[in-house]
Amino acid sequence: MKAKIHVTLKPGILDPQGKAIEHALDSLGFKHAANVRVGKYIELDLPEADVTKAEVAVKAMCEKLLANTIIEEYRYEMG
Amino acid sequence: MNIGVVVFPGSNCDHDCQYVFRDVLGQDVTMVWHKEPSLAGLDAVILPGGFSYGDYLRTGAIARFSPVMQAVKQFATEGKLVLGICNGFQILLEAGLLPGAMLRNKSLHFICRETFVKVENAATPFTHACKPSQVLKIPIAHADGNYYTDPVTLAGLQANAQIILRYCTVDGTVTPGSCPNGSLDNIAGLCNAEGNVLGMMPHPERCAEAMLGNEDGRLILASMVEGLKKTKRAEAVT
Repeated sequence: MKAKIHVTLKPGILDPQGKAIEHALDSLGFKHAANVRVGKYIELDLPEADVTKAEVAVKAMCEKLLANTIIEEYRYEMG
Repeated sequence: MNIGVVVFPGSNCDHDCQYVFRDVLGQDVTMVWHKEPSLAGLDAVILPGGFSYGDYLRTGAIARFSPVMQAVKQFATEGKLVLGICNGFQILLEAGLLPGAMLRNKSLHFICRETFVKVENAATPFTHACKPSQVLKIPIAHADGNYYTDPVTLAGLQANAQIILRYCTVDGTVTPGSCPNGSLDNIAGLCNAEGNVLGMMPHPERCAEAMLGNEDGRLILASMVEGLKKTKRAEAVT
């Protein structure tokens, strides 16, 4: 089973990279692009066939290592 | 005193720390490879600057799992002195030995230049050689020094005088303009509630010798050494 994990800065936490990209998009003429946020995408394989069990493992990975929950939030898709 | 300097894969200020403690301050220095599970016999431990594990995932995020970090946690719990400089500070945050986290510098740039920092608390094992509110000129060199924590934790840090160093102007005024990286409350260095673990982004080991034209950093490192010597003498008497 594959886990597809997205880690992004929490809402309200300044994302300087997102801001820089937003300015760049603006200067390219994409004036309506707003609230650009940059994050990380991590995918990994698990031998687990049971989705619920796999999700427990992925959640633990996110909490312990993949995200720093002081500043980041995460979401994942299993499939 | 015997000062331990931890060496992670990617540490690059370890030898600067070794040089200052050994050759400038005349102490014994033990280089501690990150796989070492024990810190027995050491009086203080330095987590030096650098790019441990290539800063992969987040700064300090992987180094935190090195075997030596369990020993560092134990060492800190015993009340012994732990100083994290730059990447060492980032590792202390990731390890939960200090509260909060580092964000990318507000400017997105890697900033390598002199900064002025105000000693906000001169009654710590790391700053007692400084005068209260003394302004130190110490260089920074980092991309992720934009300190963040939640408002409740920040209020606690302020109330307990755990904010030890704040970026300021040359005359000691703490202003938004004097903060190089966007750090919350101009925080350049903070300690734990017990006061024996300090994390700081500026590099005191890079300005600890007259020959380099600046000895301000020596005050931080010499505070540690002199404090340890005093404690040893007091222990010897009793």
